[in-house]
Amino acid sequence: MTAVAANAGRAATADQPVLAVRGATKRFGSVLALDDVSIEVRRGEIVGLLGDNGAGKSTLTKCISGVHQLDAGAIVLDGAPTQIRSPADARFAGIETVYQDLALFDNLTPGQNFFAGRELAWPQWLPRGLRFLQQRRMDAETRVLLANLKVTLPRLDAVVAMMSGGQRQAIAVARSTVFARKVVILDEPTAALGLRESRQVLNLVAALRDQGNAVILITHNMEHVVELADRAVVLRQGRKVGELAPTKDNKQEMVSMIVGA
Amino acid sequence: MPKTENTSTAVSQASMLAPKRPGAVPGLALGLALLSAGPVIILLLLIAVLTFLSPYFLTGRNLSNILGQTAVISVVAMGQHLVILTRGIDLSVGSNVALASVVGALSFHAGAPAIAVIAVMVGCGAAVGAINGLFYVFGRLPHPFIITLATLSIAKGLALQLADGRAIPGMPDSIDALGRDAVWGLPGSVFVVAGVAAVLFTVARTMVWGRWIYAVGGRPDAALRMGIPVSWVLVSVYVISGLCAGIGAVILAGRTDAGSPLFGNLLELDTIAAVIIGGASFLGGRGHLGHALIGAIMIGVIRNALNLLNVNVFFQLIVIGVVIVIAVESDVLRNYLEGRVRVMQAGRQP
Repeated sequence: MTAVAANAGRAATADQPVLAVRGATKRFGSVLALDDVSIEVRRGEIVGLLGDNGAGKSTLTKCISGVHQLDAGAIVLDGAPTQIRSPADARFAGIETVYQDLALFDNLTPGQNFFAGRELAWPQWLPRGLRFLQQRRMDAETRVLLANLKVTLPRLDAVVAMMSGGQRQAIAVARSTVFARKVVILDEPTAALGLRESRQVLNLVAALRDQGNAVILITHNMEHVVELADRAVVLRQGRKVGELAPTKDNKQEMVSMIVGA
Repeated sequence: MPKTENTSTAVSQASMLAPKRPGAVPGLALGLALLSAGPVIILLLLIAVLTFLSPYFLTGRNLSNILGQTAVISVVAMGQHLVILTRGIDLSVGSNVALASVVGALSFHAGAPAIAVIAVMVGCGAAVGAINGLFYVFGRLPHPFIITLATLSIAKGLALQLADGRAIPGMPDSIDALGRDAVWGLPGSVFVVAGVAAVLFTVARTMVWGRWIYAVGGRPDAALRMGIPVSWVLVSVYVISGLCAGIGAVILAGRTDAGSPLFGNLLELDTIAAVIIGGASFLGGRGHLGHALIGAIMIGVIRNALNLLNVNVFFQLIVIGVVIVIAVESDVLRNYLEGRVRVMQAGRQP
């Protein structure tokens, strides 16, 4: 592990990994979805997670974000083994996920989406559900956040059902920036987007890294991996088959690892 | 890779379309605005036409009557509305009203004071709601239709059994007062409706719990991933719906000075109709209390008008059914138009 990390050039300067997954194993019935997979991510680093459909990328990230639980193996956050039993646990631990299906609430506005599940509310002495929403404060923070990320939306008071694919993707990624403190996982954030919209989302991913987050980026797009990722981890049939620093020259090598040729 | 290419061509086709139809999005927006204001417009039109057709319609006496008659539907529909917001349905409310009224009448005859009789009725309603919610969520039932259908039957049977199949006359005087004129010629029940509306509005629109109800209705799986306690949110809406049924039982008992196992007959259909006619989405996540109230009043106005105009009682059922179809179709149309707006915006995106 350490040898691989040291070879990874840019990543070697960072110290302890903020997230380390050790020996992750996950079984669905008779299918071994993850077989002894280990990865590490450091602050300010983007790790590309590559693999064909069914390679185990989504399973691995869902185990990190608390949707699934590992059958064997450990998730280590800042050096401390951490039990993540639910998505709420993961968010509490500082892990944000941008799901492939975006997990946006179509019936809510962008600001309401940002703060869903973590609404700003008072008074503090009441149980969370019984507090009163501070809608104006949430709207103001949303405006500042979107301006910082240079995301422009037609209207902040319209529900996201009315927004385009790129706008929705930008909202989902921006939402992860609100609360991310350690790790952000993005599952194919550009899969459904056109060129210009993809560019905007990639800029957001870079912004997440620059904020000091460790970023795990799942994508099928080699150009994006070469451009953004400090390291690439390749999975095939539930096993980790390679890890390298992606460059223009080893693109073909990565593709070979992915398809197993 | 191929996936990305496909979608990017779709987007570029949309952007090729956009300049040819520059007015499209404002036109759609106008259509959507009309649709969302639809129920209010229809209600106002209805009132205008009825004022013209019958000299008795727009009198204080008659309007006060309509409000009194729709008080039960209004209160129970507000609870039903929260259930429908979470993509659910509560079929048990009618039987729940009957059972609560019977239990209330029995406790009155057992010597309970008025305040206790009210507490028993409301508590009985909430208990049936809790059973609905707990079985639906923790019994892992595929849809609330099933458990609320079961409690519809159980509560009705229990009410008939307890009351021996007959109405039980007699209610405390303070409950009867709800049926009499209170202030400004309005019956007391109208103020109960206003009170329930104020409380539920506070919960649904200003409190975190209410936001969670909308989130669960919009995307249950996403709500779970955002750390929202989805199970308890779902249980709570059935408890609130049951509470509203209990309050409905109090109003009905006050209007009739009795508890009866025959109360609330088909109330589940009236309340669902009210929510849908009022403009809330049957698909969940969209709508507010005003929709339930507008829908309830519309049903009251239609019934009242058909009475005033001497139209056959059976015809009322047909009219309300037709209005439901119109309401549901306009919800479908609204979803379609929103989809169009989204495609247009994808094309216009700079």
